[in-house]
Amino acid sequence: MRKNSLPALAAALPVFAFLITAALAETVNWTAIRGARIVPVSGPVIEKGTVLMRNGVIAAVGAQVDVPASAWVIEGNGLTVYPGLIDALSTWALPQPAQAQPAAARGAQPQQPPQQQQQQPQQQQTRSWGPRDRPGTFSWVKAADQLQPGDPRLGQARNAGFTSAAVFPRQGIVAGHGAIINLGGKTAGDMVVAPEAGLYLALRPSGYTGFPSTPMGIMAYFRQLWFDAGHYRQALALYAADPVNIPRPAYDRALEGILGAKRVLLPAADPVQLERMLGLAGDLKTPAVFYGAVRGYEMAARLKETGTPVILNVRWPTRDRDADPEDQDSYRELRIRDLAPTSPAVLSQAGVKWAVSSDGLDSPRAVLRALKQSIDRGLKPEDALRALTLSAAEIYGAADRLGSIEGGKIANLVLADGDLFNDSTRVRMVFIDGVRYLPEPEAPAPQGAPGRGPSHSEEEQ
Amino acid sequence: MRRMILTAVFLASGLPAADITVVQNGTIHTVTKGTFKGSIVIRDGKIAEVGEKVMTPAGARIVDATGKHVIPGIIDAHTHIALDSINEGSVSVSSMVDVTEMLNPESVSIYQALAGGVTVCNSMHGSANSIGGRNVVFKMRWGADARGLVFDKAKPSLKMALGENPKRQGSPQGLQIPGLSPPQNLRYPGTRLGVEDVIRDAFTRARAYQREWKDYETRKARGEKLLPPRRDLELEPLVEVLEGKRLVHAHCYRADEILMLIRVFDDFNIRGVTFQHVLEGYKVAKEIAERGHYASTFSDWWSYKVEAFDAIPYNAAIMHRKGVLVSLNSDDAGGAELMRRLNTEAAKVIKYGGLSEDEALAMITINPAKQLAIDQWVGSIETGKDADLVIYDKHPLSIYSKVEKVFIDGRQYFDRDEDMSRRPKIEAEKEGLRKKLLDQQKQAMPQNRRPS
Repeated sequence: MRKNSLPALAAALPVFAFLITAALAETVNWTAIRGARIVPVSGPVIEKGTVLMRNGVIAAVGAQVDVPASAWVIEGNGLTVYPGLIDALSTWALPQPAQAQPAAARGAQPQQPPQQQQQQPQQQQTRSWGPRDRPGTFSWVKAADQLQPGDPRLGQARNAGFTSAAVFPRQGIVAGHGAIINLGGKTAGDMVVAPEAGLYLALRPSGYTGFPSTPMGIMAYFRQLWFDAGHYRQALALYAADPVNIPRPAYDRALEGILGAKRVLLPAADPVQLERMLGLAGDLKTPAVFYGAVRGYEMAARLKETGTPVILNVRWPTRDRDADPEDQDSYRELRIRDLAPTSPAVLSQAGVKWAVSSDGLDSPRAVLRALKQSIDRGLKPEDALRALTLSAAEIYGAADRLGSIEGGKIANLVLADGDLFNDSTRVRMVFIDGVRYLPEPEAPAPQGAPGRGPSHSEEEQ
Repeated sequence: MRRMILTAVFLASGLPAADITVVQNGTIHTVTKGTFKGSIVIRDGKIAEVGEKVMTPAGARIVDATGKHVIPGIIDAHTHIALDSINEGSVSVSSMVDVTEMLNPESVSIYQALAGGVTVCNSMHGSANSIGGRNVVFKMRWGADARGLVFDKAKPSLKMALGENPKRQGSPQGLQIPGLSPPQNLRYPGTRLGVEDVIRDAFTRARAYQREWKDYETRKARGEKLLPPRRDLELEPLVEVLEGKRLVHAHCYRADEILMLIRVFDDFNIRGVTFQHVLEGYKVAKEIAERGHYASTFSDWWSYKVEAFDAIPYNAAIMHRKGVLVSLNSDDAGGAELMRRLNTEAAKVIKYGGLSEDEALAMITINPAKQLAIDQWVGSIETGKDADLVIYDKHPLSIYSKVEKVFIDGRQYFDRDEDMSRRPKIEAEKEGLRKKLLDQQKQAMPQNRRPS
């Protein structure tokens, strides 16, 4: 109502227009991008149109949009407006362990146990003797509680056109709850779009800390943990109904965290692991989202059949540059390397919902380059864009606010000087919650790498 | 429902249109019903007719076995092949784990086993702890997914282990030295006495758990409102063992520990246990036979560790003569090695012990089938059983014989000639891919160097 009456009011009383604008400026901020090519993702491309934002929310989009006189107008000639890109599985804005430890493309591959510097350092030190010790379990940890608005990776991400991410803690095997965040904001609280995105589960054996020492043990542990949570819920309900005669169940933060999970994220690198994880997810009675899928090109039919979405790791496998030239790659390995970049096209064709993770890539821009490789192997550019925007939002149930350029959605936009998947295209600016961010200079090397650079020489003396 | 559809699709695509195959004019070693020159009619994956003269239905696919030998598919009662995890050795009782979900249908050892005439195997949890995990019996249906491999009629089973492996105190991942490593990180038990204690304790806990549930069910039936017991995945399979719903395969070597376990099983009234390896079984064959327990051993493989020294090649034959049901196994893990020549392993009991050809073949076919409780469907060439057949070019107990064709459920899964003729094509494809990827990588180099 108000947004329609305001321009009329301003037009009817030109004399007082100045005064009115000044008075409303405190409550209503209008921003318009005019004359740009608009790719809303949820609808057809508008070759020349306007996006109008009001207080950080998209107010209107179209070829003809009335722009209030008070609006800050950005001339969009020669620019293309996309919805802000979403990294569907990320650690941006989360405290980083001492050593970078992005999950590998093959989710189940054993990795070094992540350093537990910031989070619960004492938990993993004692040996676990079984499920009751809750090994590697951090189900009470919430990414939304740990955001660091000063993370330098946020600038890099915005430079590449990312405005949102689903960020998940990564320690242990029940890593904690993810959050949907915007990649800008004054405070950590400002960044949170949805504080619960699901529970991240990993099949990384914990190393030397006892049970479970194998993926097999981890799967058994997950089942026991979910049974225990169900039992806990039953106990709580019985107690609530009869607190006089039923003993009060002991509060259990690990089980509380399990009961609060909207969905679980499980690794599924290949068809074999996919079958395992489908079985597990069924036993956990929790909706699943799979991640990894290096052999996604062989998983499409089964994912479609089960209606399960997948978050692709787009660090396509390649031969190790330092590999011994005498080493013969197996036929199987060669096929995986050849076909991995075709996964997006195959999944799209099958109608599987898929999104993209920046995991394992050295920069956010590399996500776009990786998808360009897939476009060269038959992926439609519009499907690539959808995966990076609306599909990611849909997977996490956030499509009412993110993922496309539509009235009522959060004003997260990317303005680029050309096609997003063209390597020469540059992002000119992004909007997050209607706030403009210009490209930032990027640090050439990772920040704060110890033992590097001249600044450390003084300490050594 | 979905599984039914999948199975239907699988069968429809897998079988020839006629659904009938006749293996003609071979030497048929039925194992249970004698050896003769004759033919086998396969219909819908089952053996429909076997005899010296059979009716060949019109439109049947004919497999000429003239001059060749046909035996039932070999069954290996003890392997660890095609498993992505084998040992959850972090704890002494790990019965909550199930190797079934670690079955990897892409493991090439399945195909290798197939090429050796093995059609069914029992792939087990390892012997790192006193009570290991749940095992899986599967058929070598190369190309099927994990669910498609599993022989779901087989009775579930549990792995147990005695002796040197379960009494190791360090975890299999971290080498921990007693006296130097912190004691709280050492696994109990450290002795054979402790192994017995762990097993008795586990089954005692399982009994209590069983009672807890029974008590709950009775009170619930009376209309009481109460919290059910916590489900315990560790104890559930042990209760199944106590109730006779789950078999036990127990890794063992020495006579004393075999007797120990027999007594433990007597106390808990557990029957039909298969003693695995059981290299000193010849010393306690009577005791094993009396209880109706079984033995699965090696033909002539020992001395690889202290507890495996007092062994003789006559072990299988002696146990057999004392009335023990004996099978010979491979214990293969990484790839199918011994598994590919179990036929010659069987032949050794003729040399060491003077058993008959049928008795020898039984040790790799019908006997392991009985130990796995699948003898109703496999293990011999009999009308009504699954058409799991192996065609050898020569006598199967000869070291010169080669497997030519293998059928599982009437479908041909291995053909030596086809395999040989496929190889150059695969090699060419591989070389083409290698070149293509190398070129791509060279092209991508300058782009990757550009700063982002």
